[in-house]
Amino acid sequence: MAEVELKKTKKHKSLAKSENGRLILTALIAIVLAFLVAILVMLATGIKPGNFFSALLRTFTGLDFSKAGTDAFFKPRYVGEFIQISLPLIMTGLSLGFAYRCGLFNIGAEGQVIAGILGANLVAILVPWQSKSLAVLAVLAAGLFGALWALIPGLLKAHLGVSEVVSTIMFNYMAIYLSNAVLKALPGSNTQRTIDLPDQAMLTSPWLREITGNSRLHWGILIILICIPLYNILLNRTSFGYEIRAVGFNRDAARYAGMKVKSRIVASMMISGLFAGLAGACLALGTFKYGRILPGFENYGFDGIAVGLLGGTKGVGILLAGLLMGGLRSGQALMQAQRVPLEIAQIVSALIVLFVAMQKAIDFILSRMAKKRRLEAQEMKTQEAADNNPKPAKEEEGGK
Amino acid sequence: MENVVEMRGVSKFFPGIVANDKVNFDLAKGEIHALLGENGAGKSTLMSILFGIYRPDEGKIFVKGQEVEITSPNKAHDLGIGMVHQHFKLVENFTVTQNIMLGRETTKGLFLDQDAARKRVIALSEQYGLNVDPDAKIEDVSVGMQQRVEILKVLYRDADIIILDEPTAVLTPQEIDELMAILRNFCAEGKSVILITHKLKEIMAVADRVTVLRRGKYITTAQTSETSEADLASLMVGRPVSFEIAKAPAKLGETVLSVQDLKVRDARGHLALKGVNLEVKAGEILGLAGVDGNGQSELLEAIAGLSPVEAGQIQLLGQDITNVPIRDRTEQGLAHIPADRQKFGLVLQYSLAENYILTNYYQDPYSIRGFLQKAAISHHAEELSAQFDVRSGEGIRSLAGQLSGGNQQKAIIAREFSSQPKLLLCAQPTRGLDVGAIEYIHNQLVKLRDQGVGILLLSFELDEILSLSDRIVVMYGGQISGEVQGDATNERELGLMMVGSWEK
Repeated sequence: MAEVELKKTKKHKSLAKSENGRLILTALIAIVLAFLVAILVMLATGIKPGNFFSALLRTFTGLDFSKAGTDAFFKPRYVGEFIQISLPLIMTGLSLGFAYRCGLFNIGAEGQVIAGILGANLVAILVPWQSKSLAVLAVLAAGLFGALWALIPGLLKAHLGVSEVVSTIMFNYMAIYLSNAVLKALPGSNTQRTIDLPDQAMLTSPWLREITGNSRLHWGILIILICIPLYNILLNRTSFGYEIRAVGFNRDAARYAGMKVKSRIVASMMISGLFAGLAGACLALGTFKYGRILPGFENYGFDGIAVGLLGGTKGVGILLAGLLMGGLRSGQALMQAQRVPLEIAQIVSALIVLFVAMQKAIDFILSRMAKKRRLEAQEMKTQEAADNNPKPAKEEEGGK
Repeated sequence: MENVVEMRGVSKFFPGIVANDKVNFDLAKGEIHALLGENGAGKSTLMSILFGIYRPDEGKIFVKGQEVEITSPNKAHDLGIGMVHQHFKLVENFTVTQNIMLGRETTKGLFLDQDAARKRVIALSEQYGLNVDPDAKIEDVSVGMQQRVEILKVLYRDADIIILDEPTAVLTPQEIDELMAILRNFCAEGKSVILITHKLKEIMAVADRVTVLRRGKYITTAQTSETSEADLASLMVGRPVSFEIAKAPAKLGETVLSVQDLKVRDARGHLALKGVNLEVKAGEILGLAGVDGNGQSELLEAIAGLSPVEAGQIQLLGQDITNVPIRDRTEQGLAHIPADRQKFGLVLQYSLAENYILTNYYQDPYSIRGFLQKAAISHHAEELSAQFDVRSGEGIRSLAGQLSGGNQQKAIIAREFSSQPKLLLCAQPTRGLDVGAIEYIHNQLVKLRDQGVGILLLSFELDEILSLSDRIVVMYGGQISGEVQGDATNERELGLMMVGSWEK
């Protein structure tokens, strides 16, 4: 009897996936479903899915099998370019994730990215340093501007209970108009752009450019390589992160435990803004060569929401999710060349978001599947038992 | 006698735990059937299966003679099964009526017909003497009242099989008597009641039959007229249990807590405390008795620093702590076992190990220079779990939310006791716990007192107050209505002071 019990509990332990396992499974299912639906859309509109996938393959690996054997078979530029486009998305994913762990939904990465770009541009144009330390200062300024742009929504949330969703959306608009006004007022700016930023402020790297066949890949990679471990350590290994997560899970218990709930809310918004601001540094100092007057949002912040959620707000998850979303963004030009409209890639991105948001439903389907399997196994067992014991006890009769 | 419910060989497995192991259970029409067992014995799981929250992994269920698959609480409602949960499932900022109609909304065209629902609520409330204000918001009413709302919810859905999970845990003696009368009324009208409890007294008083579970297994079903409290207790725990608390006379020390003329406003802005004075000395247990909602909870929360003080002073070991942050109070030796363990006491999504350090996570050895020390935290957790017998499926890595109510409470007690307090605020420490656990916690409280800790014990159970307290103060209407020595009073005298008709 005891043996049977042990077997059962063991079996259930293996069925009950760890939290990470569940997150990965959900993300993979969301991605697969998104691609399946996209295939249906392509078939319905007469686009060859093969073209879409070969463009995607080329985006991620630089390989083109139709040109096997020639020089064009492998082009590292595509790889460099897709990573380069992923960098700010990974940072905005971390931004979303950090606030999310404190129970906050920071929709304001968009504005905080713009604030970060503004900070980087201001330092690059106005600070007359001649050495490469200008780049470091510009990156720090970008992070600081992003953090400060999240400060007021954080204070409003902590002290007055103003929803961070509403306030950060408003701050997105304020960011774009304010940034445009300031950049236009800089010496040498016209209505579209500022002057070129000085070389010593840039994150660009001739070496990275060279090994990736002339892509725009830049030292923003270093920012990512520092920020992802930082994100994990800060949240999971420090007492500060313990507080942030406690506040995110249960504000009352955090207060009971003597934590400074309000200050932690403000701090997590600022760190979230810092990550978004650093995304701005990648864009301002790596991707582009001058400050741009933005006609509208570029959705780095909003796509970061998808990256953060798809990555399950875990560091490595966000890295992978950011690379995927970056690839989908980066591949759009190649797709158009293959007569696949760029909207298809956008549909896939949107569908991934949609399916991630349906996490609960996916969880439900998974648990139903597990249960069904268990019931079937049980039925087989009872069937066997019935076969072995042709005269089952009629215990129900007695009760009625 | 016709059986309205039959459960045959029902099993339910959770990761690492067999919650129910081939359990049998019958409920006859018109009976009150008690389900008795320790925490984690599988009572709540069994009833959650009957109510459609969990699906059984094995076994069959018959309701009114038909084999049924209860796939959801809605299906249970359709079968006439209603459940009053131990942890209430109410929407805090909805009114009583809105909560009751939720899920069964009466409509007029496209619009809610709240008036019709309200009338029905009033009618039901009067019929069963529940005395519920249909327009009060849930966040503003007492725990006892919230329970009545839950009962009304079940009645509103025309249930004739009513499951009550630990219904008396939060009630005063008078309220318990009223509830028992209500339950007998239900039976007289042909409804059947399942009472999940571990209060032997109540079972003997009100139940017709009792089924005992232990560690997920069915032990026996007995007629209450043919058994005794002692028999049931040993069946439930699996060994003989002592009800007596061995207690030496208190050795009083210095004043640990002194409260002077304390005034506090509640959520609605009314004065919940209207000038309270009291003192707790080292080495004594001061019992705080009273009907729920007379300011006891507000008093504890004000001392703990969870709610702001309007006027007056609180001193801990001679230091004024009236307006100091909670962290400072904790560091000066205040520990607090809160009444609402899921709201304040635990972070349910945190592991057991993480919850054990909730109030001292930032101190050496759990954090060094701001970094959490996993080894020290795990070691501490293993020790506490072993010392306080906290049972969980996956050890100290189990999430607090996966623990049974009793083990959650034990975890909080383990944490607060181990913080080496000077003053322990203790609100309903044994709410919802079983005989074995209560015995253990009571002995621990006395041990702590003998070590020179001052304990302020809030309980709605007079038995507990009477058996533990060296001194008892009674609160009524936001004031202290009387003070007596623990060994020189009785339930009747306290009961009278609790309703304000006796001053001493």
